[in-house]
Amino acid sequence: MTVTAADASVAKPWIEGRFEENLVLTTVEQAINWARQSSIWPMTFGLACCAIEMMAAGASRYDMDRFGAGAFRATPRQADLMIVAGTVTYKMASRVRRLYNLMPDPKYVIAMGACTTGGGPYFKWGYHVVKGVDLVVPVDVYVPGCPPRPESLLEGLMRIQDKILGQRIAKQKGGVGKIDDELPVPHHSGYVAPAVSADDLVFNHQKVQP
Amino acid sequence: MSIATATFDTTGPEAGARSEDYLWTLNFGPQHPATHTTLRLVLKLDGERVVDAMPEMGYLHSGFEKIGEHLTFNQYVTVTDRMNYISPMANNVAWHHAVETLLGIELTPRCVYIRTIIAELARISDHLLSNGAVGLDTGAFTFFLYAFYQREVIYDIFETLCGARFTNSYTRVGGVSQDFTPLVIEKIRAFIRTFPKTLDDMERLLTRNRIFVDRTKGVGLLTKEEAINASASGPVARASGVTRDLRKDEPYLAYADLDFQVCCASAGDCYARYLVRMQEMRESLKLVTQALENLPAGDVNVSIDQRVARPTKQQVYSSIEGTISHFELSMANRGFEVPHEESYAAIEAPNGELGFYIVGDGSENAYRARCRPPSVLHFALFPQLIRGHTLSDVVAVLGSLNIIAAELDR
Amino acid sequence: MPFTPPSVDDVLAGLADRFGTLDTSVYRGQTRVVVPADVSFDALAWLKERGFDLLVDVTCVDYLEYQDAKHRYGLVYLLASTATNQRLTVRVFADDPDPTVRSVVPLWAGANWLEREVWDLFGIRFTGHPDLRRLVMPEEFNAHPLRKDYPLQGRGERHNFPVITRDHS
Repeated sequence: MTVTAADASVAKPWIEGRFEENLVLTTVEQAINWARQSSIWPMTFGLACCAIEMMAAGASRYDMDRFGAGAFRATPRQADLMIVAGTVTYKMASRVRRLYNLMPDPKYVIAMGACTTGGGPYFKWGYHVVKGVDLVVPVDVYVPGCPPRPESLLEGLMRIQDKILGQRIAKQKGGVGKIDDELPVPHHSGYVAPAVSADDLVFNHQKVQP
Repeated sequence: MSIATATFDTTGPEAGARSEDYLWTLNFGPQHPATHTTLRLVLKLDGERVVDAMPEMGYLHSGFEKIGEHLTFNQYVTVTDRMNYISPMANNVAWHHAVETLLGIELTPRCVYIRTIIAELARISDHLLSNGAVGLDTGAFTFFLYAFYQREVIYDIFETLCGARFTNSYTRVGGVSQDFTPLVIEKIRAFIRTFPKTLDDMERLLTRNRIFVDRTKGVGLLTKEEAINASASGPVARASGVTRDLRKDEPYLAYADLDFQVCCASAGDCYARYLVRMQEMRESLKLVTQALENLPAGDVNVSIDQRVARPTKQQVYSSIEGTISHFELSMANRGFEVPHEESYAAIEAPNGELGFYIVGDGSENAYRARCRPPSVLHFALFPQLIRGHTLSDVVAVLGSLNIIAAELDR
Repeated sequence: MPFTPPSVDDVLAGLADRFGTLDTSVYRGQTRVVVPADVSFDALAWLKERGFDLLVDVTCVDYLEYQDAKHRYGLVYLLASTATNQRLTVRVFADDPDPTVRSVVPLWAGANWLEREVWDLFGIRFTGHPDLRRLVMPEEFNAHPLRKDYPLQGRGERHNFPVITRDHS
């Protein structure tokens, strides 16, 4: 495109609007965030039933790759999103923590399904289930459902992308701390009598009163 | 094929010479893409050859049997969904088959046929995934995509049937939650029409594929005696020449009326297990076709006199028996009568014999709900299957055993 | 003339001849026989020779709160015959303290993990087991969770542990 005298005579700012054809003007922060949110690499971290739905979300019908998150990495060192898909048990908790610590920053965690959100069907009687993966690693997005449909997981992924878009490159208040080494443990291994009997406190409608 | 015939003598006179410091220990899992689920192997390697393997499990132990003592027979079906999560319908059928054995309930003919159809569809989807995983792990990615696409079709059928993709919770004591609608039957018919072509395509892709055959033939050998001695069941045992199939041997549901063959092989290696699964899908399709064409009319749940299945809305509003039955079943301290007895009932699940040992104590909860999982016994076989093979065969053997961690650990 | 396998009753009669009178019962077509704990191994070995060559399952029931229960633990051996498809349930009872039963791993290799699981979840000790370790629970765990007196409330609950947020990491 040649610049004619007539064009030049029109008063134009010297930089704004000059590059609209092929260039986008933005801030470094936005550019980095845009690049980051469009290339989330999840780790293959299937633990239980939710893994099947995670696989379905990655497979041809739902195709997570449309949103830039299709490159499932087998190693935590190449991944930046951990989709905890399935029940986390006490035996597995230390492994989950270790895999999280192996991932490079910035890293994100999706708690997929009811078990990782808060114990799910195992909340009351599952003696070997950690009641929520947020006791083990910090969680960014919780996806409800047992198991969530692939669409729900995609929605959770988009919330992660929103979160990435809002990030600042300037140093944040608080800084990077360290996760405590304490891990959740199962119930006491002996019999523990409840401190107060629930029968005295709650009126039991179905109990035959003497 | 030198892989199968290569022997590694750990007991001979030079065993002392190859001392422990030669060997290399490799930790495999519990988080590894080829285990598919959370199980752990500690492999002892001599170069690339596996000298010994120590399988470890329990990373997904969620206490299903404890939960079974606290949920009622109808509620616990939701937990069985999460047991073998690649064929949940088969688990639902197994659980309520066991409950109905304990309670002595005779199902209606329509319900029997419906359960047969869904159990066979579950078998197809299970075998698709397990064969697909063997293909995936040995390098055949296209095969896996074919299999997964057909699984989605079966998911669609189940979703139309009961509203959930794969945690169906479909069966109830004395019946099922939803009757077949014409749309469901139409979808199953469409599946029956299209699936054989895909299955042929899959066979053409993999069955005589040189790479796949070389990777699986002669790998993970299991003899018939070993299979019986180790209590193996299902396709793993049938690939070793054990002709035991509960559908034929102890006909439950509608299997006595239907015409099908038990698929067996004698080689006992990974390739034989793959072939048995492929052939079983064809037999399952035959079963689904027959059962669907002969689907009896009539009620799907047992009659309200038996006081186990929920009455329909029509019955609740128009008859006193229906109202009373509904009330009795809804109240928390009522429910149906359970004997102080114990019984075991099993079905031929896709993975093998899946049975439940239920102890009744008069209440609507089981006193003990033991699940007999096929995966545990198959996983225990792993060290003897892999000894002497190479590290790359580990994934082929694991895939062909089709170990599902949630069923393994419960 | 077709081969007629010995009926389960005949096998049980033979078992009673060998080991004394045994308590048998039938429920929904399933035959159960109670065998004393001290001869359980011999009885199972005898049954294996008589054609019950498949060990389907080994499990246990804790009868702590069960009505009319005389013993605390009841082991269940589900046997089947691959030739005749007959089934037989063998019950062996054990009691606190230190419930002990002889292992059947020498008879069936498949019993290995099943017995480890029973040891793990119920604390039944199997003498003669080659490798009696915990199967599903962590090694350092020291209780047996499927016993009826295992507490389902306690320090394992969610509110006893801090929720880890982004500020920590």
